[in-house]
Amino acid sequence: MSKQEMLSKYLIRLGDTSLMMGQRLAEWCSRGPILEEDLALTNISLDYFGQAEAFYNQAIKAGELEKSADDLAFRRNEREYTNYILAEVENGDFAQTQMKIYLISSFLEKLYATLINSSEELLTSVARKAVKEVTYHHRHSKMWLFRMAHGTLESSSRIQNGLNSLWRYTEDLFQTNEYDNFWMEEIQTNIATLKEEWLKEIKGFFQECKLSLPEDTYMITGGIQKMHTEALGHLLCEMQYLQRAYPEATW
Amino acid sequence: MLATPLQKIRTILSTIPDPEIPVISLEELGMIQHIQLVDDEVHVMVTPTYSGCPAIEQISEDIRVKLHENGYPNVKVEMTYSPAWSSKWMSPGVKNKLKEYGIAPPQHCCGNDLCMSGKCSVIACPRCDGKNTELISHFGSTACKALYTCHTCQEPFEYFKALA
Repeated sequence: MSKQEMLSKYLIRLGDTSLMMGQRLAEWCSRGPILEEDLALTNISLDYFGQAEAFYNQAIKAGELEKSADDLAFRRNEREYTNYILAEVENGDFAQTQMKIYLISSFLEKLYATLINSSEELLTSVARKAVKEVTYHHRHSKMWLFRMAHGTLESSSRIQNGLNSLWRYTEDLFQTNEYDNFWMEEIQTNIATLKEEWLKEIKGFFQECKLSLPEDTYMITGGIQKMHTEALGHLLCEMQYLQRAYPEATW
Repeated sequence: MLATPLQKIRTILSTIPDPEIPVISLEELGMIQHIQLVDDEVHVMVTPTYSGCPAIEQISEDIRVKLHENGYPNVKVEMTYSPAWSSKWMSPGVKNKLKEYGIAPPQHCCGNDLCMSGKCSVIACPRCDGKNTELISHFGSTACKALYTCHTCQEPFEYFKALA
């Protein structure tokens, strides 16, 4: 596989992950616990959709694909997406959603901060933009987790339950395949370093929140190999309904 | 001195206001990155403030319409992600306009580019200049703004987030 092809597929992975985050968070529209959070969650969703479009557009350029960003987003089947699984799983309650945003945005912040050191302009142009945005997502969700962890028995137990439900998808974030080689070789780093730094940060924060990390969790991986959970099927049914019902539809 | 064709086009574009914050033009926000004249087609490269900015479609349309009205029938508007938009591009004059409009302008304080802790640099209320303000949410009515409340005059206000 040529470097350009690897780059293109890697960009699609980042686009897919952003797309799924955007779609799941959009489900909160009109369902937020308070108005400010309805706005916050949908704004975060919007950021992810924007990043998805940006990643897809750059992927198309890198791989000289004869597709549009819309084709990549809406006209693929579940065994064609390469997003990290954590992005596709259901939102759960508000606590679990904030936990999900925290786990993924803290990871993406570190990943993008690493990727901006690449010489591939198609990658760095989006990563440089995305890193600023996911930093705000990280900050926002961290504030909520802290608040809920130090709130009532109800709020703190919901956070713990959220963590218990999502922890099994975190190993998937650190899976790699040949598409990762191009940046790991160039930037002279590897995913293990990223994982170590990420774990250190979140463990420290969870300690502050008096949260316990689940032990002996069976980790569910395979997102980048296009092996997904049942959740993706339901997500795609809703997201792709219009495109499937009206294949010739245009804006 | 006569303006060059590109200068003329930029002057025309400088009159287009941001759809969300009409007191500021797209040019002042630094969104109009690059203008090219290729044969008789005008290429405008626009950089979005936020990746998912929903006003991008409107902005592209506004640019096309404005240029059509001024005798440029062939217009192509493209988004560019590089250089990444920075709130540091806002001049003090523009920041003042924001404040007068009721939006607290972005503050780049301690070197931590996205610092909003309020510990190193207080976000003052744009209405009463009160310093006793509190962050309500990192996300306000649009992705680029955060929501604050002023404990002095008791009014909420929005803060244009620093995105360095």
